Amino acid sequence: MTASAAPVDAVRARPVDVLGSWARHNAWAIGLLGFLALLLAYTKLIQPSYGVAGVQGLAISALPLALAAVAQAIVVISGGIDLSIGSMMALTSVVAAVLMKGQPEEFGVVVVVAVVLLGLFLGAVNGSLVVLTRVPDIVVTLAMSFVWAGCALLVLQSPGGAATKWLKDLILGSLGSAWVPKAAVVLIVIVALVWIPVRRSRFGLSLYAIGSNRPAAFRSGVSVGRTRILAYMLMGGFTALAGLSLIASTGIGTPVPGPYTLMSVAAVVLGGVSLAGGRGGVFGPIVGVVILQIIRTDMTFLNVDPNMAVVAQGVILIGVVMVGSLVQLRRSRA
Amino acid sequence: MTAATTGLLLDATGITKTYGAVVALKSASLAVRPGEVHALMGANGAGKSTLVKILTGAIRPDSGRIAVRGRERTVHSPAEARRGGLVSVYQEPALIPDLDIRSNLRLTQTPLEPFRHWVRELGLTDLDLSSLARRVPLASLRIVDLARALAIEPDVLMLDEMTAALPANLTERVLEVVGRQRGGDRCVIFISHRLIEIAAVCDRATVLREGETVGVVDVTARSEERIVELMLGEAATGKPERTSATAAAAARSADARPRLTARSLRSGTKLHDASFDLYPGEVLGVVALEGQGQDELFDILAGSERPSGGELLVDATPVSFRHPADAIRAGLVYVAADRAEALLMQRSVRENIALPFTTRIRRWGLIDAGKERSKVDGAIAVLQIDTRAKGEVRRLSGGNQQKVTIARWVAGGVRTMLCFDPTRGIDIRTKDQIYVLLRDLAEAGAAVLLYTSELKEVQLVCDRAIVIFGGRIVAEIAVADADEPTLLRAAYNLRPDAAMPEDVAAEVVATELAGEVAGAGARVSAERAAIGTVDVEPVEHVEPENDR
Repeated sequence: MTASAAPVDAVRARPVDVLGSWARHNAWAIGLLGFLALLLAYTKLIQPSYGVAGVQGLAISALPLALAAVAQAIVVISGGIDLSIGSMMALTSVVAAVLMKGQPEEFGVVVVVAVVLLGLFLGAVNGSLVVLTRVPDIVVTLAMSFVWAGCALLVLQSPGGAATKWLKDLILGSLGSAWVPKAAVVLIVIVALVWIPVRRSRFGLSLYAIGSNRPAAFRSGVSVGRTRILAYMLMGGFTALAGLSLIASTGIGTPVPGPYTLMSVAAVVLGGVSLAGGRGGVFGPIVGVVILQIIRTDMTFLNVDPNMAVVAQGVILIGVVMVGSLVQLRRSRA
Repeated sequence: MTAATTGLLLDATGITKTYGAVVALKSASLAVRPGEVHALMGANGAGKSTLVKILTGAIRPDSGRIAVRGRERTVHSPAEARRGGLVSVYQEPALIPDLDIRSNLRLTQTPLEPFRHWVRELGLTDLDLSSLARRVPLASLRIVDLARALAIEPDVLMLDEMTAALPANLTERVLEVVGRQRGGDRCVIFISHRLIEIAAVCDRATVLREGETVGVVDVTARSEERIVELMLGEAATGKPERTSATAAAAARSADARPRLTARSLRSGTKLHDASFDLYPGEVLGVVALEGQGQDELFDILAGSERPSGGELLVDATPVSFRHPADAIRAGLVYVAADRAEALLMQRSVRENIALPFTTRIRRWGLIDAGKERSKVDGAIAVLQIDTRAKGEVRRLSGGNQQKVTIARWVAGGVRTMLCFDPTRGIDIRTKDQIYVLLRDLAEAGAAVLLYTSELKEVQLVCDRAIVIFGGRIVAEIAVADADEPTLLRAAYNLRPDAAMPEDVAAEVVATELAGEVAGAGARVSAERAAIGTVDVEPVEHVEPENDR
């Protein structure tokens, strides 16, 4: 498999090797990018007017789901799953919308920080329940999805509240070139600032370790329970950011959860993260989200019945994962 | 703290551990001096692995104290044990399959330079630190695991069957490196079934028997016999009685046609040549140390694995099983040591017993409840299953669970029963009932193949016994001669009276080793396949742990 077998003694790997190994580790994401490029070309073909505005819209509509997918990916990599992400997004977004309404711009900063802390707390609650009660994560987080959804309705009964202007401006429009939507920049900055340090830390290694082989991780000296709780906390943080991006794009808080939970699972699967844990990253799921969004756009351009479009999304999801698995299977046989 | 203990590097005393009714460790102690390589010996199930797991914090003892360099240590997790200088290399590598080697090293905070040094010393030249652990062959992984442990210079290094999966050249290097740890400030605890290796590198040996430390021996050229004696204990002299029935059964089987014939069965690198006949009306014992190929043999007979060579005949007709269902159809039923493999834990006793034969009562449509009930009740009565908790099998005791797994086959009318250590972890009373049951089955004309890790069961239940060592059947012993010393010596492939000449033994080990690793990576592990992960790479075959 390793054509460039660097011997043990090689102290520093050459940049080319680094790039090569990065490409190997992210083969799935690169394949997905290719698929995305094909989809974009196809979109341009069926809708020649698709351009700057289309890309802008795509970025803004993909942002909340992309952050939710990152959140889900972190938990799935650690060998778990969280089915309360949608409800948690609803709760954090209505809390933010209620707090921001009628308040000065500066206060919005306080709200953003507070809501992210709230997200970390909600995640910690989920994680602690999973670890301490030993009830399967799928059950705990399903139950918590009702709890958080109920809380969201207690905070705000019908869509309302407001988003601070600077928050809305943060993701509206473009930066420099018209082809670089702010929403995409925000996403990249957030993920890079949080995920890259995490990925390189011992916690990041532990995250993959407990998802890959829990007994071996335990024997390697990893504190399994603590790592799981931290994974859920990190998930909560990203979910809160997803909730904030939701009010930034709509301007109001909505207490009823959107379809984000299952869409995030779909994006994670599409993004090459193994549901068994231990494999994948957050880059793939983000590309997965963009693909899911663009498929939806294409369906609209093609005047497909919206219900039919949902069916098609499911079929494409299965198709992509199946083709990807076949390619991987062939590669590992070769 | 007495003056005598202060000179010890590791001093573990009074370690006990029970799992429910089963006592894994009764009173184990282990005292190791600085600078020595210390062997931990014991027959199957003596508690070696349990003791090592306790010392490394993987499981918690019920009582006992552990002191390192005179300071008492609590080891409640591997991380704590690590900090206390206790590190183990387990039978299954503790590397994370989805991380590359470098990340695995970072995970355990292993310094890179010493690690490289030890990898070179251990003779592994082509290791790529950036390759995923799952892509590294099993033998190399074990070396990586060892080098990783050596690199952090632990006070106490425990090696559990370190050489079991290594090719001969690597084994040599490992033994050499382990030998070099002698005389320093640290120590190595070495677990191996190969007496030759013990003799080669160890200074002293602590012997466990039935969860108890029964002796400490200085290892010399002649200490093998002493070690074997200690492993056996008093049981060596006492002979359990069971006479008339055996003789009758033996006489009956002499003129009968074999129910099952194995001819040169082979499986990968574990089983090389298994040939034997199993007659109706007899219980044939199979005796072997852990990992000598008995698992593969039973997997083949039960239809869950296909042999890579050889022939299998049932009632003199060649058969080839593609699926356990084929074996069951041919009348071969399997009782595993692990009840969880066989039972539907959440379902009732009745359903569990009825499951295998309902298809025979009525293939389609409704199940005839009356007929099912009468059959099941019959089986429950025969087996004296305690049915107070019959609603859910998982609430039964281990012994009663095992009886349910046997009952399901009895209810269906058994012709050939394959039992793999059926009494493991079961209380004595239930064991006796299972012995009686197996005998009764044989009397009624069934053929029973019984692998047991408890040597004394052979004389209690079997009519004769075959011994497997290194994937080959090395001895067949009549029940009259099958006392524990004879069986244990045979299991270690020592000749009945004299110790085996060194060169012959070395040859056996070498050939066994040479074959063992070649195909180690070629088997897709059954669990992976069973849970249906997308994972398609060949997964290294992990040694099953029999030493509970």
